Amino acid sequence: MTVLNTVEPATGLASLRRSPLADRAAEFAASSADGLRGVRLSEEAFLTQVNLRVPPESPALLAGLERELGLALPHRPNSVVGDERDAVLWLGPDEWLVIAPEGRADRVVSRARTAMADSVGSSVDVSADRTTVRLAGPVSRDVLEKVCSLDLHPRAFGAGQCARTLVGRVRVALWQVGAEPAYRLLVHCSFAGYLADLLLDAMAEFTHA
Amino acid sequence: MLLIHCPWCGARDEAEFRYGGQAHVDRPPDPNAVDDREWGEYLFVRDNPRGRFSERWVHSAGCRRWFDVVRDTATNEMSAEVPSRSGRR
Repeated sequence: MTVLNTVEPATGLASLRRSPLADRAAEFAASSADGLRGVRLSEEAFLTQVNLRVPPESPALLAGLERELGLALPHRPNSVVGDERDAVLWLGPDEWLVIAPEGRADRVVSRARTAMADSVGSSVDVSADRTTVRLAGPVSRDVLEKVCSLDLHPRAFGAGQCARTLVGRVRVALWQVGAEPAYRLLVHCSFAGYLADLLLDAMAEFTHA
Repeated sequence: MLLIHCPWCGARDEAEFRYGGQAHVDRPPDPNAVDDREWGEYLFVRDNPRGRFSERWVHSAGCRRWFDVVRDTATNEMSAEVPSRSGRR
């Protein structure tokens, strides 16, 4: 009888996985440009993403959750609390998305469950649901405005804001992470290729001097 | 293209929304107690006014919440948006 080697869960599986846009990295680099009219496209793979659904009418529960997570939950629609490393995005009146570095999902979920032990609510690791596309550079807003109907002018949308919206034909969680401007687009994995094609096409007029 | 005000997310493009038909159509509490005509009217028959009309929309590409609006079917002006009372998904 053959004994199959079991894959060691933490390291073994991590070495096997591939992000949806892993094979496009060289193409992204070649299509990006620096400078005053520059825009850069890249993938930030495997960010930890945890979806929280919490009844918003319970301040004690929200306070406990914030204590466990070490981050405030944004209550203003379309806003983000935190930085690029650790953040919470407002997704809806009772829905948030916790962002953390790779591999932290179990910790975030267990802490959220501790805080919600006596309450209804859910915390789900959705890290594999979406990949993150980063669009940055002085003209990145111009690029995005070609494919998104949101008003992205700084008077209406700035760093620390997010929105679930349509970019092209796909649903994306759009998050402005910096004033440069720089954006993160959290897109469902199977639509990542479409989004990359769409953004590369929109970037072409700026990067092909 | 309409610019629709989601009560949560603010003004968004119509393409982010789906239409949910007439608002405040309540399911009969005891379906067995109504006759075929009443049940048929509940299922299929809706108002079709020229003018103000209460209807439901869902912000499907955004916060995914249902809400009610009053839309003027002649001018497409929308008003009185409150989070959906009917709560149907």
